[in-house]
Amino acid sequence: MTDAVSVLGSQHRSLARDVWHQFWRHKGALGGAAVFILIAVAVLFGSMTHGVDPQYLDYKAKNQGMSLAHPMGTDNLGRDMFARVLAGGRLSLAVGVAAMALSLSLGSGVGVLAGFFQRLDGPLMRLTDLFLALPVLPLLLVSIMLFRDPLRSVLGPEVGLFVLIVAVIGITSWMQTARIVRGEVLAVKQREFVLAARSVGTRPHRIIVRHVLPNALSPITVSATLGIAQAIITESALSFLGLGFPSDFPTWGRLLYDGVPFLGLTPARVVWPGLAISLTVLSINYMGDGLRDAMDPRMRRR
Amino acid sequence: MLRYAARRLLFSIPTLLVISFIVFALLDLAPNDPTAQLPLTIPPETRQAIRENLGLGQPFHVRYLRWLTQFMVHEPLNLAERMWGVEIGNSEERLRVRSWSTRAPVVDLIATRLPQTLTVVGVSYLVAVLLAVPVGVFSAYRQYSIFDHVGTFVTTVGFSVPTFFTGTVLIVVFSATLGWLPSIYDTTHQVTDFDSFVYQVRQMVMPVMVLGLYNAAQLSRFTRSAVLDNLNQEYVRTARAKGLTEPVVILVHVLRNSLIPVVTVIALGLPSTFAGAIITEQIFRINGVGQLLIGAIESADIPTVQTVTFIFAVLIVVFNLLADLLYGVLDPRIRYD
Repeated sequence: MTDAVSVLGSQHRSLARDVWHQFWRHKGALGGAAVFILIAVAVLFGSMTHGVDPQYLDYKAKNQGMSLAHPMGTDNLGRDMFARVLAGGRLSLAVGVAAMALSLSLGSGVGVLAGFFQRLDGPLMRLTDLFLALPVLPLLLVSIMLFRDPLRSVLGPEVGLFVLIVAVIGITSWMQTARIVRGEVLAVKQREFVLAARSVGTRPHRIIVRHVLPNALSPITVSATLGIAQAIITESALSFLGLGFPSDFPTWGRLLYDGVPFLGLTPARVVWPGLAISLTVLSINYMGDGLRDAMDPRMRRR
Repeated sequence: MLRYAARRLLFSIPTLLVISFIVFALLDLAPNDPTAQLPLTIPPETRQAIRENLGLGQPFHVRYLRWLTQFMVHEPLNLAERMWGVEIGNSEERLRVRSWSTRAPVVDLIATRLPQTLTVVGVSYLVAVLLAVPVGVFSAYRQYSIFDHVGTFVTTVGFSVPTFFTGTVLIVVFSATLGWLPSIYDTTHQVTDFDSFVYQVRQMVMPVMVLGLYNAAQLSRFTRSAVLDNLNQEYVRTARAKGLTEPVVILVHVLRNSLIPVVTVIALGLPSTFAGAIITEQIFRINGVGQLLIGAIESADIPTVQTVTFIFAVLIVVFNLLADLLYGVLDPRIRYD
């Protein structure tokens, strides 16, 4: 440890560089990042090399096992499972990232406002407590049942459902981020540089954007990473209960749900999408663990 | 302490009222018509009469307040009557929240479903705690050992893999391929003799394992870090210095102190386990409360959905309160002023 510090000491040290070094030393985090990048690249560009239309029906080749032409077999309508898993992954990851972005901006917004402005602290934190007491899964199911049809008729079937699911997941998952960010902002607010900024007449929103937010970046990054995993799991659970995406444009969760009636015939239809969800979530969780350790100043200075 | 408890109890009433309002209002937005499923030959005025009979004619606040009194006042009174066998007022006249699809009181529907859910959730949570605490303590005690590395890996996998995947994989392996365990949970099954008891155990193995292992993964990670926090404390060194044996140091001194946060997490996790059981019930076709909710959502049976959702919220608020109070009871350093 000491020689690593002395090597680092001879160079210019920045937060990003320190975090990078710590992250690089964390084997689990590195493995997680590698697997996640692999999955993301496969999902984004895999369809170019595989070149099979996920919607193409080939009745003569239905319920097939693994083969060279169909690496993951086919479903009961003869659709290629590999192409469907790739397409489903694109949607699953898109839902995960979009829901995370929404929940992160809501959570950071509430957290910064509550931490920075004393007057807002009480009401906003009571609101957070209220949201934490809501039964999330039943409410998600209910709101999808209620708003599915109206939104689909306004925005079209695919976009409407995407917006709805991202919105409900985002709105019900921002509370942890808000609490963490508030704590961090409360600590940063007491530091001298904020006082200095205030004493030269900097406006509150400038202080927040220039001084407070960059210093609260580490917990935000960690909860962003873990938020993607949580959103992917929630979306697949909804799809698994039949209240997520339809099977025309399935996510991994929906593919799994569609595969369940054919468990005895083609178990691969359940195993591949399930493995994809599990591997993605596992790799993200490992990345989150590594990031948390890397960004923890107590760990870094050792 | 008692004053704190009373204050917390009082504070949870407005929280519950706000949640009940949110749940009721959200579902009241539902653009559906309970008479839509009925035959088209029914004349419009009869249809209107049916709707009014279901209590839909009145304005929003009347319906909300009526639902609230039916659930918060009438049902507890009914429960008290049944428990103590006394008659409080005129119980025949008392209005109850009724399901649109079965016309039965929702609380009675829930009461018929609750035992199944309670058995599965209760047993699996017990399994989770019994598994997680020893594993967590031992991983922390032998930090960075092979056991710790394997344990940490398994727990990370355990809470990353969603229950609906582990459940279906278990069905593929143990029901579809090996044929050892039934894939459908038979709730009409009654335990009368040893053979039927064995069947009950066999049908409970998979749901309990799926839900239990998922919770055990989270709990054991938490236990491990709680024990690690305590192992470096000075009182542990003191205990060792005065010659106590390792089992006494770990199991009496460290464990007791580390379990304080763990117990609160166990209490906090119980409501979300109930909600999570919705998925497990769906996998193994257990007709518990979760299935009732899913069925009610699919058939747009609004009163049932409102009531079940609200009960989940009550569970969360009650267990949060319980966790807060437990923390104070277990840890004398915590003072409530």
